[in-house]
Amino acid sequence: MIGALIIVPALAGALCFGLRNNRARRALLVAAAAAHAALAAAAWRGSPAPTLYDWLALDDLGRLFLGITSLLFLVAAVYAVGYLAREKGRAAGDRGEDFLFRNIPEAVFTGCLLLFLSAMTLVITSRHLGLLWAGVEATTLASAPLIHFHRHRRSLEATWKYLVLCSLGIAVALLGSFFLSVALRETSSSSSLVLDDLLRRAPAADVPWLRAAFICLLVGYGTKMGLAPLHSWLPDAHSEAPSVVSALLSGALLNCAFLAILRVLQVCLAAGQGEFARDLLLGFGLFSMATAAVFLVRQPDFKRLLAYSSVEHMGLLAVGVGLGGLGNYGALLHAVSHSLTKGMLFLVAGNILAAYQTKAAGGVRGLLRGLPASGILWTAGLFAIAGSPPFGTFLSEFTLVRAALEQGRPVVAGAMLLLLAVIFAGMSRTMLAMSHGEAATKHPAESFLAVAPPAVLAALALLLGLFIPPPLETTLRLAARALGVPL
Amino acid sequence: MNSWIDADLVLITLTSLVLLGASRLGTTIRMVALQGVLLSPLPLLLAGDAGITLRAAGLAVATVLIKGIGFPWLMDRAVRGGSLRRELDPRLGYNASLLAGVLLLAVAFLLSSRLPLPPGEGTPLVLPAALFNILAGMFVIASRRQAITQVLGYLVLENGIYVFGVGIASHQPLLVELGILLDVFAAVFVMGIVIFHMGRELDHIDTGRMTLLNDWEKE
Repeated sequence: MIGALIIVPALAGALCFGLRNNRARRALLVAAAAAHAALAAAAWRGSPAPTLYDWLALDDLGRLFLGITSLLFLVAAVYAVGYLAREKGRAAGDRGEDFLFRNIPEAVFTGCLLLFLSAMTLVITSRHLGLLWAGVEATTLASAPLIHFHRHRRSLEATWKYLVLCSLGIAVALLGSFFLSVALRETSSSSSLVLDDLLRRAPAADVPWLRAAFICLLVGYGTKMGLAPLHSWLPDAHSEAPSVVSALLSGALLNCAFLAILRVLQVCLAAGQGEFARDLLLGFGLFSMATAAVFLVRQPDFKRLLAYSSVEHMGLLAVGVGLGGLGNYGALLHAVSHSLTKGMLFLVAGNILAAYQTKAAGGVRGLLRGLPASGILWTAGLFAIAGSPPFGTFLSEFTLVRAALEQGRPVVAGAMLLLLAVIFAGMSRTMLAMSHGEAATKHPAESFLAVAPPAVLAALALLLGLFIPPPLETTLRLAARALGVPL
Repeated sequence: MNSWIDADLVLITLTSLVLLGASRLGTTIRMVALQGVLLSPLPLLLAGDAGITLRAAGLAVATVLIKGIGFPWLMDRAVRGGSLRRELDPRLGYNASLLAGVLLLAVAFLLSSRLPLPPGEGTPLVLPAALFNILAGMFVIASRRQAITQVLGYLVLENGIYVFGVGIASHQPLLVELGILLDVFAAVFVMGIVIFHMGRELDHIDTGRMTLLNDWEKE
């Protein structure tokens, strides 16, 4: 079962490179995404048996992140069908520059998209930290061609930054993994990186090596997760990639990196070094939120705006697990609601970009009249991402602030509230200006495939704020328990 | 056995120092190739009394193939493919780089004295040699402007981690080690493709001139 989750998208991806027909390829993309979602749903109901020397298994944390990733990918795959059809019919120039898009072949795009899903599934299900590392590196490699989709010189620059910074970060994480195996060696001649062995041996850990390992791993996977000050690849990659890829990067990939950090946190907790690890996470988290706030205010590019908002939300996740206790639950709930909301916003941003041919927020006016469906979703998305009721993000952000107050840390709670307020003001100024006003030109009616996927995500984000389905609630609680103090 | 390991580690350290002071791209690539070959006997030498296992032999062969032959070949192709300048143009001069290299070596020894190794693991030189290569790789990435030199720096960094992985955190299953090697290979391969595109579309691979993306409104 777990093997199939990884192999199905990988095989479908490989097949995409061989297929000649665009229609068949798009059908394969959606079919593979649906198969993955069906397998993930089955994994939610039952508990799949571990495979490959028990290196691949699904625990509660893994189940939660597998669910988000699979759902988001399915929605994105449906959107991608419409997107690719639109791109095919267009050979338009980039406005303001005498340069024609020459997109990479569709075979490479769909193939890499599916390989990307396979690599993310490997990260989520891996119980061996070496294998986990290989999976994270594979996500970088599979997504690099996706960012380079438009073959523009800007996308080339973004791809290079992404490759070099993430590879460098991941290399540090590999060093950290080796440090960890030294810190937790059993005898002088045996060391293992299987998570269950590590957790078992953790109480006898060599503390200086363990701390060095946690720092290396936090910096390494934190680069991939987009924690400031290691986030500098993130806005470039998110703004230059096609919107459907940005949605997956923000909604799925960053979560996978977060999960990698959580695995290491589990080891630190078992070793009694929880406070050291949590304080570092809290510091990185607050710094990420502050950095995002600085760049979100007066941000002229609406896709970069969303990218910096991802930095902010990754910061919130780090703050949540940094607080521990109720914060764990809040952070995991927030990971779910952020993925749904941000995925939706990036897909809508893709619609806006296609209609207005610009990423400058100043060049977009009158969304609500020009593109009614996207305009409504965009405005709703603003309130959802900023954490206003009745959306899921409100519930999770409220939980996080409450966790800080309950632990007697009013300074942390105050800083969070202040930064959230600044970010809300900064984002609403830009995004509301885009929604209102007179539309300058007539736009053709929006297609079903462009509007339905983000609408589904918006509905789910709303649902999460009103009612958390019992299976999700159970998984959230069990997953939070894996990170320390039970609720 | 230990004296052979130490000799090998000293040679690896020397190649990194030469690389730091090298003024020509060809020399840099050759040093990375030499380093890859020098790395390959480490799994065999460190196997020690246990005798040479299939795992160690397989790893040694894979190391020569990928690090000693594969990477240099890819880099060489990237240099020949694009019309790149063969002279390097670092942000910091060669002599200053060499001096920095010596400083990094001191830092590596200082750091390894802070992290005491359990007895009976590797030799005392493994940790400083690994840390020095890691630091030197980071230094090359930060101080050189050409995309291709940054990839070479990444390789030096990766070699340092390899020394550590084989020397101290050994006994990982072969599958994992091979997976790591293959991943690095794929990374360099993808970087090579991007460099090729850069050479064609930008007419340069100078990352210092990549300034299109920023957060401020353009005039």
